[in-house]
Amino acid sequence: MHELSIALSIVEGATEEAQKHDGAKVEAVHLKLGRLSGVVKDALLFSWEIACQGTTLEGARLEIIEVPIVVHCENCKTDRTLAEINNFSCPVCSAPTPEVLQGRELEVTALEIIE
Amino acid sequence: MTQTRLVEVRQNVLKHNDVLARQLRIRFQEAGVFVASFVSSPGSGKTAFLEKTLTMLRPQFRLAALVGDLATANDAARLARAEVPVKQIVTGTICHLEAQMVSDSLQDWNLNELDCLFIENVGNLVCPSSYDLGEALRVVLMSTTEGEDKPLKYPTIFNTADVAVITKMDLAEAVEFDLKAAHMSIQAVRPAMRVFEVSSKTGAGMDEWLKFLQSQFVAKAETRLLETV
Repeated sequence: MHELSIALSIVEGATEEAQKHDGAKVEAVHLKLGRLSGVVKDALLFSWEIACQGTTLEGARLEIIEVPIVVHCENCKTDRTLAEINNFSCPVCSAPTPEVLQGRELEVTALEIIE
Repeated sequence: MTQTRLVEVRQNVLKHNDVLARQLRIRFQEAGVFVASFVSSPGSGKTAFLEKTLTMLRPQFRLAALVGDLATANDAARLARAEVPVKQIVTGTICHLEAQMVSDSLQDWNLNELDCLFIENVGNLVCPSSYDLGEALRVVLMSTTEGEDKPLKYPTIFNTADVAVITKMDLAEAVEFDLKAAHMSIQAVRPAMRVFEVSSKTGAGMDEWLKFLQSQFVAKAETRLLETV
């Protein structure tokens, strides 16, 4: 399980960002989490409180926006969303879809701050 | 009066690791060293496969290996039998290698004197998938004793790897390993992935794997030559 170290990195990044805004209080951190990121949502939420303890982020929420896997189907010439993480084939025509366009995200997109 | 404001950030959480991995990749390219990393579950035969690879390539190439483990230096001791420089990265409680650990371990090695560096990750099919180590080739291993559906259970690591190696082929028959099902599982999570079937014990399949590996470093060296011209 590496979610705690991921949570610590998020806290670190958010703290740096908050300092740019005169150390404003961070109320929430918005995170894009791809299904192929290798990070488990529940484990990350569990680690979040621990990671925030004793920092300026204590009490802040972690808002997770889950990003589905989007692939490009060469056969249909269309982008498709996959329902499952272990079946990389077009849901319409069943052609293999090696090209991943979305789903690896592990990215802080925004902070909610109180000024 | 206080009010809540939304500030856009757009920051990759693993930025620090990614930046470091990119620097490593440039260093490896400049030094002309091809870097391959191995990932798999514990006990799938990474060390035996690496030992065999090192022993067979050593007469022709200058090699070195970094091996990650939670607690012991046993793997490094075992790999030293292949008579190439080996360094153990003991990660403590950390379940994966990070670019920083690789960078720290390289400090007293001259990369210019190497053709190929192997990095054996900690045995774990989950966490290593998120961390780029600056490698040119990520190899995922699965053994015949683990079952054919490993890729379906751990799709992320297979999806982030470049090639797959099925190890312990000498045991395939004894454990009634369904090779066709294994290939189907791999292709389901990573369509078109190249797959090798090997036995580190008997040496079966090693020639094909080594031929592929050598073609990779030659391709790499040629690109480098073209870039410098």
